[in-house]
Amino acid sequence: MEDLIAKYVDKLDRQGLSAPEETLLGFLDDTAVWSRSTPATRELQRVFGLLAVNSLLLARPQEPYRTIIDCLAAEPGEAITPNDSETRTFLHDIPIVRELSAETIAAALSRRKCAILPDHGIVTAGSVSPEQTFIHFSSVCFASFVTFFSELLESARSGDRIPRRRREAFAQAVSLLPEMPGEKAAHPYLVRGPFLNEAAVIAAMDQAGKEVVRLGLVDSFFGNISYRLDNTIYISQTSSSLDELPGCIDPCPVDGSSTAAVTASSELSAHKDILAKTGCLAVLHGHPKFSVIMSMLCEVSDCELRGECHRRCPRERSVCGFPIVSGEVGTGPFGLCRTVPDAILANGAAIVFGHGVFTTGRQDFTDALARLVHVESACREDYFRHLKGMLP
Amino acid sequence: MYGWQGKILSIDLTRKQSWTLALPEETYATAIGGRGLAGFLLSEAMSCDWDDPDMPIALMAGPLVNTPSPTSGRLCVMSRSPLTGAVGDSSIGGKLGTMVKRAGYDGLLITGKSASPCGIEIQDQECTIVEASALGTATTAERLRRLNSRGSVILPGPSAEHGVRFANLVADGHFFAGRGGLGLIFVSKGLAYVMVKGSGRTPVFDRKRLKKAREDISRLIAASPVLFGEHGLASIGTGTLYDLMDTRRMMPTANFRKTHFSAAPSLNALALARAYQPRKSGCRGCHIQCKRIAPSGQGMPEFETMSHFSALLENESLETVFEANALCADLGLDTISTGATLACHSEVLGRRLSPAEILDQIRAIAEARGNGAELAQGSQVYARTKGKPEASMTVKGLELPAYDPRGAYGMALAYATSTRGGCHLRAYPISHEILRKPVATDRFSFQGKARIIKIAEDVNAAVDSLTACKFVFLNASLEEYAEVCSAVTGLPWSAQDLLTCGERIVYRERIMNARNGFSAEDDDLPERFFREPGSSGSGFAIPPLDRQAFLEARSRYYSVRGLTTDGLPRREQAEALGLPWKT
Repeated sequence: MEDLIAKYVDKLDRQGLSAPEETLLGFLDDTAVWSRSTPATRELQRVFGLLAVNSLLLARPQEPYRTIIDCLAAEPGEAITPNDSETRTFLHDIPIVRELSAETIAAALSRRKCAILPDHGIVTAGSVSPEQTFIHFSSVCFASFVTFFSELLESARSGDRIPRRRREAFAQAVSLLPEMPGEKAAHPYLVRGPFLNEAAVIAAMDQAGKEVVRLGLVDSFFGNISYRLDNTIYISQTSSSLDELPGCIDPCPVDGSSTAAVTASSELSAHKDILAKTGCLAVLHGHPKFSVIMSMLCEVSDCELRGECHRRCPRERSVCGFPIVSGEVGTGPFGLCRTVPDAILANGAAIVFGHGVFTTGRQDFTDALARLVHVESACREDYFRHLKGMLP
Repeated sequence: MYGWQGKILSIDLTRKQSWTLALPEETYATAIGGRGLAGFLLSEAMSCDWDDPDMPIALMAGPLVNTPSPTSGRLCVMSRSPLTGAVGDSSIGGKLGTMVKRAGYDGLLITGKSASPCGIEIQDQECTIVEASALGTATTAERLRRLNSRGSVILPGPSAEHGVRFANLVADGHFFAGRGGLGLIFVSKGLAYVMVKGSGRTPVFDRKRLKKAREDISRLIAASPVLFGEHGLASIGTGTLYDLMDTRRMMPTANFRKTHFSAAPSLNALALARAYQPRKSGCRGCHIQCKRIAPSGQGMPEFETMSHFSALLENESLETVFEANALCADLGLDTISTGATLACHSEVLGRRLSPAEILDQIRAIAEARGNGAELAQGSQVYARTKGKPEASMTVKGLELPAYDPRGAYGMALAYATSTRGGCHLRAYPISHEILRKPVATDRFSFQGKARIIKIAEDVNAAVDSLTACKFVFLNASLEEYAEVCSAVTGLPWSAQDLLTCGERIVYRERIMNARNGFSAEDDDLPERFFREPGSSGSGFAIPPLDRQAFLEARSRYYSVRGLTTDGLPRREQAEALGLPWKT
């Protein structure tokens, strides 16, 4: 149990989400093990007695998430409800708990997977593994970031008064944003394809996956990656982290001879169609934040399908020349597998509303990653271009 | 009340009487429905012998049934198992649950014994008990044809008439109340069938809130590769797991002497689909539609059936798998127990059964003919009779399904602790150990598994009580279903509220089993798993389970569950859960 705790404390640190000295992670079987002892440990230990969970995390987010979340949580309301795909699908909303007590935390976590504790951080729970607490924590950071930047741009564009606290938090958050990597600097050492055997494919996917995570183009266990070798598509498994791919890649024969890839990513169908339609060999899918933010910026205020944008948008939209399509996770009636494969044909990249970006690579992941970085850089520039002159 | 109808139809077959039993809302709020309500109603009688007229059989629906709640049209059948002597229950799909709710009831509670075969016919509030001798020992399909019902019908097959301990109940031709011999309970009561047709509605407290909650769950279902992906249950059916279990080296083969079957690629779900061209089907109100029906009208084998009638018996004939499944459906036999008992027989004989022998032996079991009479007692009794008890791969006398526990240690613990015996569905750790939901856990480790299994048992007890489909919980959770439950009933449910109910339901079952003599000795696995390795390969080593590590995990489970070191219930824990304690 100690090894799992150490792994996720370290992962929170490496991904810039929370420092070990501000992270409290506990794992319970018949007895609990904690990452460290703090005054909050006792209170969280009591939460274990109130809830049927086996993992609890209370951690202060790193910047810029700390500034953003503190700002969002300082406003009235019992929850924040981000509009991005991750929140809509998995979190629903994020409650705000105003008091650090076992009872209030348990009450919030008995209904949702996570909650914000102003001035203390984010508290999350899991019933299977500490990994769940890491995923939820990461998702709250991502969703809060997207919400904060989206709302500010929307307010500025519509001429709404932006409270001083928000403006100050925005300035602070912007000053703390990591630099966007240059497109060429980002991937000089990615191995070149085409890859001719399974070992080479898996090594290349592993390398590209780690790079996507290192560049901050995906959070928690979202994002996926695939490569086609002859009649087999190698694709990351569902619930796998792109920086931990070895052992988590499913070979999926395209001849319909086996269903062993039932554990493959929920986007297998999208990847398969993209590969078939484009003739490319590699596909990357990440959740870069500014691409997600800009995908949700719509100038049509009186649209008859307002609120349905993630499922069906009647318009052809784009940002910086990259198409934006609607589509939900998976293969349902509004699944993104129905929209992305056609949209990506034009220039090897497509943005899914409120969700993320798909890119293709002709023979390897070099150009796929370059496109992913390029889309995010362009969207980030576009965000601040839209905002120019709008803030006092 | 919203969601619940507030009435149970109680039927005494000895006196040929029926009456309505009204329960207070607090009972519903703590037992939920389905398995929870059945356990509540049966707990006092559970020490009766299974064939005692006073031993009831309960058919209970949940509060979400007959509402727009997603995948929630199931019903729980519960009595004391003739095969194991433990709690015997099964969650059954189809439209029976919906019809019971439409008729105005939350469930049926049947006691007594009819002197001659009878049927119960319920049309809305009217219940009649009719003579049914004419049905004789016809197959389930023939009985259903003769009854020509427009409602829902549940009935045993001829195997129950011949005393088979693992005889099923069959509803609407294609849905089975399996495991444990519930069909035999019907026959012991002189009950040939129950037919229900209803036309009423189930009141819903907040339809708008329910619509939103339903959308949230539908989104999760669509996002799940296991449910809605290209190889998911909706696309392929449950048989999709067949290839996966073999590639993970945990497909029980040759009566669990191996865990890999080299012929598997030619016997998988895709091969079956090519050979039989089935259409999609499923439970009322469910859009996953995981069932498959062949053009002939026969149901296609589910994953467990495919695996046990092929790998477990080392049978390489696809046609035999299909025919064996169809025979079991017609004869009213549990396919898992039938396959596993035949595999035990094969080991006792010291040779494989030929395809023809497999089909002949199934008929012999159903008719209790020749050695079929011995096999009809289940593999535990049969193996003991033959002086080879180690050949019975059972827990608490219930034959194990198609997940070898040497390839998933949580499954090993869950098999042992399950209140109904060797059952994969009580905790279904395959979800995280193999299917990676909600996240992956180390399948070759007992680390953390005690509490994981305890929580999962509680979750599934709540799910069986709602009465929802377990498959949905491969991506949705009680968080979303608590919202559904609140919208339907008007009560403020949280996920934790449902879990607390689940914990109470499981603990009550432990109490019932303890009264019938079950203890730690029964929470154990066949010795083979601790002594023999599985079939290593594909990058996986499958060693025997470490006995000491297993016992330590079980001990931790007892601690987490609030049981004694012997696996027995404790008074303080029972009372803390609001359960009555009797010495």
